[in-house]
Amino acid sequence: MIPLSWYLILAAILFGVGLFGVLARKNVIAILLGIELMLNAVNINLLAFWRYLTPEDVTGQIFTVMVFVVAAAEVAVGLALVISVWRRRATAYADELDLLKW
Amino acid sequence: MEILAILPEISLVVFAAILIIIDLRLPKGRKELLAYITFAGLALIFVLAILFSRPADGGDPAIWFGMLRHDLLGFTFRLVFLAGAALTSLLAVEWDSISKRGEFYILLVFSTLGMNLMASAGNLVMLFLAIETASIPLYAMAGSMKEDDKSTEAGFKYLLFGAMTSAVMLYGFSLMYGFSGTANIYALAEAFTSVPSTPLFASLVLVLVGFGFKISMFPLQFWAPDVYEGAPTPVTGFLSTASKAAGFAVLARVLLAVFPLADWQIILAVLSAVTMTLGNLVALWQKNIKRMLAYSSIAHAGYILMALAAGTEFGVNSMLYYIITYLLTNLAAFGFVIVYYHQAGSDEIESYAGMSRRNAWLAFGMLFTFLSLGGIPPLGGFFAKVLVFSAAIDAGLVWLAVIGVLNAVIGLYYYLNVLKVVYLKRQPGDEIPMRINPVHGIVLVVCVIGVVLMGTLMAPWFRLTAEAARSIF
Repeated sequence: MIPLSWYLILAAILFGVGLFGVLARKNVIAILLGIELMLNAVNINLLAFWRYLTPEDVTGQIFTVMVFVVAAAEVAVGLALVISVWRRRATAYADELDLLKW
Repeated sequence: MEILAILPEISLVVFAAILIIIDLRLPKGRKELLAYITFAGLALIFVLAILFSRPADGGDPAIWFGMLRHDLLGFTFRLVFLAGAALTSLLAVEWDSISKRGEFYILLVFSTLGMNLMASAGNLVMLFLAIETASIPLYAMAGSMKEDDKSTEAGFKYLLFGAMTSAVMLYGFSLMYGFSGTANIYALAEAFTSVPSTPLFASLVLVLVGFGFKISMFPLQFWAPDVYEGAPTPVTGFLSTASKAAGFAVLARVLLAVFPLADWQIILAVLSAVTMTLGNLVALWQKNIKRMLAYSSIAHAGYILMALAAGTEFGVNSMLYYIITYLLTNLAAFGFVIVYYHQAGSDEIESYAGMSRRNAWLAFGMLFTFLSLGGIPPLGGFFAKVLVFSAAIDAGLVWLAVIGVLNAVIGLYYYLNVLKVVYLKRQPGDEIPMRINPVHGIVLVVCVIGVVLMGTLMAPWFRLTAEAARSIF
C-alpha cells in the first residue's frame, strides 16, 4: 500500500502550487483557480487522513463534502463579482483594480 | 432542550425564507418597508433568544453530538450579532442602491446566521461551515453597489483575500484533524498532548491566518481599508463590528480550548502590539473618514487581541466587554458617516467643516462617539480600555499595556482632529440646517446612550461578561 506520507506530500505540493498561483498571477480567473487548487489539496489531506487513521468514522468524508459545497458557493459569488467588475471596468486583471489604495 | 438552544438560528433561516417571499410580493414602490421588516424580525429573534435560548447553569455545553457548544459565551456573542444586524438594517434605510433590494437584507440575515454558529461551533467541520456562511454573504454585500466602481472592486478584493486565507486556514484544520483523528474542538487538546510541537505550531500558524483575516490582525490587515472604503457604509459598519466580533469569538474559543497558552501567548502579544501601532500610525494620515475608521478599527483589533493574549478568564471577560462597547461605538460612528453622506455627498474629513453649525445635536453625538473611541472617561471606551490594559498587566504583559497606553494617546489625536473640523472649521453654506432621517436618529441615540451606559453603569454589563467568560474555563 502507498504510504500516507506520499499523499501528504502531494497535497503539500498542490497547496504550494495553488498558493503560488494566487500570489503570482494577475488574471483574476487564474487566482480563483489557484484557490480551487488549495482547497483540493485540503481535500486530499482530509481523505488520506481519514482512510489511514480513522476509517471507521466518517468525519473526514463529511468534511470533504462540506469543502466541495463551500468551494462551489465561493466560486459562484466570485465569478458574479468578476462579472460585475468586468461590466464597470472591462478588466480581469487584479493589478488594474487600483481605485482603492493607501 | 437541544432544539431551544438553536431556536435563534432556526428562526433566522425561517425569517430569511419569509423575507424572500415578502420581497417578491411587495409592490415596487413599497420596497423601503423591507428595512423595517428586517429590523422587526431580527429584534423579535433577539427577544426569543433571551427568553428561550439562555443556557442553563450546570448543563452539558456540548449539544447536537458536540457540533455546537451551548455556553454563555456563545450566547452573549449571538446577542451581540443579532443586535448589530438589527441596527445595520435600520442604518441601510435611504441608502438607495441597497435599501430597496430584498437580497441585501436576506444576505444580512444569512451572514448573521453564520456568525451565530461561529460563536458556538464545537467541531472543526461546523466551524468551517459557519465561517463561510458568515463570509460569503459579506463578499456579495460589500460589492452590492453594482453601479459603483469602488464597491465592485471592494467586494472583489474582499472575496479574493477572504477565499485565500480561508483555504490556508482549512489546510490547518485538515492537519489538526490528521494529528488527532477527531474534529471535535474539545477533544483535540487531549489528542494533541502526544503530537510533537513543530507540526502543532505549523497548524496553529495556518489557523491564525484565517482567523487573523476576519479580525484584521497584522499582517492580514491590508484588505480592511480598501474594503471598508469601497463597501456601502452600512455594510462597512456591519463588517467592522459584528464580523470582527465573530472572528474574536472563534479565536478565543479555539486558542483556549485547543492550543497550550505557552505556544500562542507571545505570538498574540507581539501581533497585538504591531497591529495597534500600525493601525493608529497610518490612521493619522487619512483624509477619508471611512478609511480613517478602517485603520482605527485595525487599532481596536490590536487592543482586543491584548486582552486575549492575557489568556485568563479576566482577559476573555474584558475582551467581551470591549467588543460590546466597540460594537455600539463603531456602529454609531458609521451611523454619523451615513447621515452626513446623505447630506453632503462626501466622506472626506474636510467636508465635515462647520457640521456643528448645521446640526448641533448631531455634532454632539459625534463628540461622544469619537471621544469614546479615543478612550475618554466617562464613556464606554474608557472603561473597556482600562479592563483590557489591566488584563494584560495581570498576565504579566506589562510592556504590552505600556504600548497600549501610548497607542491610546496617538489614537486620541486623529479622533480629536475630526472633532476639530466638525466644531472649529467653517465652510460656505454651513448655516443651512441639516435634515436627519428619524430612523437614523433613533439608531444613533440608542447607540450613544449605550456607549454612555457602558462607561457609567458598568455593573450589570460587567456581570454578564464575567459570567460569559467563566463559562469557557
